[in-house]
Amino acid sequence: MSHSTSDGSFAARSHFELLGIPARYAVDPASLERGYRDLQSRVHPDKFASATEPERRVAMQWAARANEAYRTLRHPVERARYLLGLKGFDTEEESNTSMPPDFLMQQMEWREAVEHARATSDTGELEQLRANLAQSRTDMLRMLELALDRDANFDAGCSLVRKLRFLDKLEEEIDEALQ
Amino acid sequence: MALLQISEPGESPEPHQRKLAAGIDLGTTHSLVATVRSGTAEVLADSEGRPLLPSIVRYSKDGKVVVGYDARAAQADDPANTIVSVKRFMGRGVADVARYGALPYRFTDTPGMLNIETVAGARSPVQVSAEILRVLRAQAEAALGGELFGVVVTVPAYFDDSQRQATKDAARLAGLNVLRLLNEPTAAAIAYGLDHNSEGTFAIYDLGGGTFDISILRLTRGVFEVLATNGDSALGGDDFDQAIAMHWRNQHKLVDARDTRRLLAIAREVKERLSSETAVDTYVTLSYGQKLHLQLTRAEFESMTMPLVQKTLGIARKALRDAKLEASAIDGVVLVGGATRMPQLQSAVGTFFGKPPLKDLDPDQVVALGAAIQANVLAGNRAPGDDWLLLDVIPLSLGLETMGGLAERVIPRNSTIPVARAQEFTTFKDGQTAMAIHVVQGERELVSDNRSLARFELRGIPPMVAGAARIAVTFQVDADGLLSVSAREKTTGVESSIVVKPSYGLSDDEIARMLQESFAHATDDRDARALAEQRVDAESLLGALRAALAADADLLSAPEREALDREMAALERAWSGADHRAIKSAVEKLNRTSETFAGRRMDRAVSGALAGRTLDQVARK
Repeated sequence: MSHSTSDGSFAARSHFELLGIPARYAVDPASLERGYRDLQSRVHPDKFASATEPERRVAMQWAARANEAYRTLRHPVERARYLLGLKGFDTEEESNTSMPPDFLMQQMEWREAVEHARATSDTGELEQLRANLAQSRTDMLRMLELALDRDANFDAGCSLVRKLRFLDKLEEEIDEALQ
Repeated sequence: MALLQISEPGESPEPHQRKLAAGIDLGTTHSLVATVRSGTAEVLADSEGRPLLPSIVRYSKDGKVVVGYDARAAQADDPANTIVSVKRFMGRGVADVARYGALPYRFTDTPGMLNIETVAGARSPVQVSAEILRVLRAQAEAALGGELFGVVVTVPAYFDDSQRQATKDAARLAGLNVLRLLNEPTAAAIAYGLDHNSEGTFAIYDLGGGTFDISILRLTRGVFEVLATNGDSALGGDDFDQAIAMHWRNQHKLVDARDTRRLLAIAREVKERLSSETAVDTYVTLSYGQKLHLQLTRAEFESMTMPLVQKTLGIARKALRDAKLEASAIDGVVLVGGATRMPQLQSAVGTFFGKPPLKDLDPDQVVALGAAIQANVLAGNRAPGDDWLLLDVIPLSLGLETMGGLAERVIPRNSTIPVARAQEFTTFKDGQTAMAIHVVQGERELVSDNRSLARFELRGIPPMVAGAARIAVTFQVDADGLLSVSAREKTTGVESSIVVKPSYGLSDDEIARMLQESFAHATDDRDARALAEQRVDAESLLGALRAALAADADLLSAPEREALDREMAALERAWSGADHRAIKSAVEKLNRTSETFAGRRMDRAVSGALAGRTLDQVARK
């Protein structure tokens, strides 16, 4: 994508800087939303509807950038992935499929349970599984916050992001089965 | 005695500088235009005081075009040349409209969109819609006593890219400056939210003549945020008429297309009467003169249309799921569209959401009123800081075709717009130097089940082994919900890039040609008109740039400033000449020259915000 600005500040600032919150994993949702609305109220194309064509285009690019920043930071797993990227760590979700053995076991059990509930159309079982997944997810997000903000253990962070990605996929499958 | 002028709170302090702006609801059955005067939104009626214009256009052999009530009066006698509900054909092909059953038109397929064969020749739905928009424009300009600066045109939230592009093209063809395409439920939310000073989470249930939308919005002070939207762009009040007409047609074994038209017209009346009566008796005069007695009870009507009502509630359920909300979390349900006057619909919606729906604003007018309010803001008629932020979404996912005919999602539905997202792809064969890119819209896994928006080829990829090239395809959706796509190969530093508009959009040249054709019948001197339009463009660009320079001239180096001054002077010279093409080219040149300046000004605005926030945080500690 071509950037509209000559000094590169469009690309140079991180999502955190743009939305005016500290670059760490734990975020205050109210500050995040305030930062987003504040930025959007300055750059949104509606503020430039009768401006010159280049200004309208720049506004669109900035507003898209603001939306991207907000979308990324609002989502707990995407935020972790983005923060790790800023620290120079790649979560390798496509290439690195190695998981600790206990998680692999857990993963297989969940999959089997989902398939069984699906095959028998057991809605109650699916709801129960989703509740269990939600609990595991909450636990992992807490561990993620400790790994990233307290321990600066970014390798552990990458591993947690990979696990969470698996959980999110499984949850999507359950939701599909429930529909 | 000279009186001191005091501006209304929230209004621009200089009334003489207010720009004439209007909101247009281009509906399936009716269209209307509204504006904000003295701080209040109002519908602008025609010379006979009628607020609604039937969306009906009749073409005659002599080239005469009749729009509205007179066209409606002729529809039974001349169904093939009297186009009703043209909105259903916007951005659609012949295969798409097969679902509407027996229609009295002769369609032909042209690339991108169907055409309707009339006695006056082939007409595209864009041209037919432009006729309606021209009438509304004239109506507004007569009422306001001047030329419109710009308009907001509403579209169903569930309109896809082709339908949106077609709507925008129609407005341009009618000579309108489109400030924004606005989703109908969002427009209704603006009118409703501002009128009631509401906060909370609202569902806007909008059943129009031919389209159904449901939007879930969060209203907080100064922000309208759409959380999710869903709908069916081929489901509306017309389907309820159709159900009645088909019932009678089958009952009385009628086959003539003209009779179907007559039955439909009577079905609409009967539907409306059943909102207050429990049974209706009426007559239809058939095409060969025979009178036929027709009857329908409300109970029969409700049972035959129950599947339609249930369909809308199923769609509402999907929207709630996407917003991650239960029906009970909705603070209020707003009914929009004339079709929501049906009692069975009101009670079904009330039961579904567990609360009686809000219907105190006229469901026929609320969309146009909201559009007018937004048009007034976009034209800059409100004081800075006294406007609001509107965060809308795209209704359908956008993606690309990948191997095996599968659709790869690039931007998911309900993403806040504007949005830009890039996805990387690679080559499939060794030495592959071109890549076919097929852009699709929809939620289905198979490309063939989604709507095809555009196809283009990226050429000039340097030959490499399969899988080595890195092709970034960028999707960009603007604030109107319109998509543009570009592609670029990144590995070798060789860049080739192409920007496409999806295939239903008309090029500027095509619009210009169609405009010229339409002026061939008018007395307007089209060159004089083009000159006047280009001069207005030039003046507004020069004015905006002078204001920008007054505020931020320090952002430019001396040579940059000189270049800008030079192009501005060139445009001023062109302006005083009589060649509209020269003005256009000078405007384009000045736009290019001022790009860097525009970018830096926005950087400054953003930096100001960041600096302000830092100080604020320091102060709070």
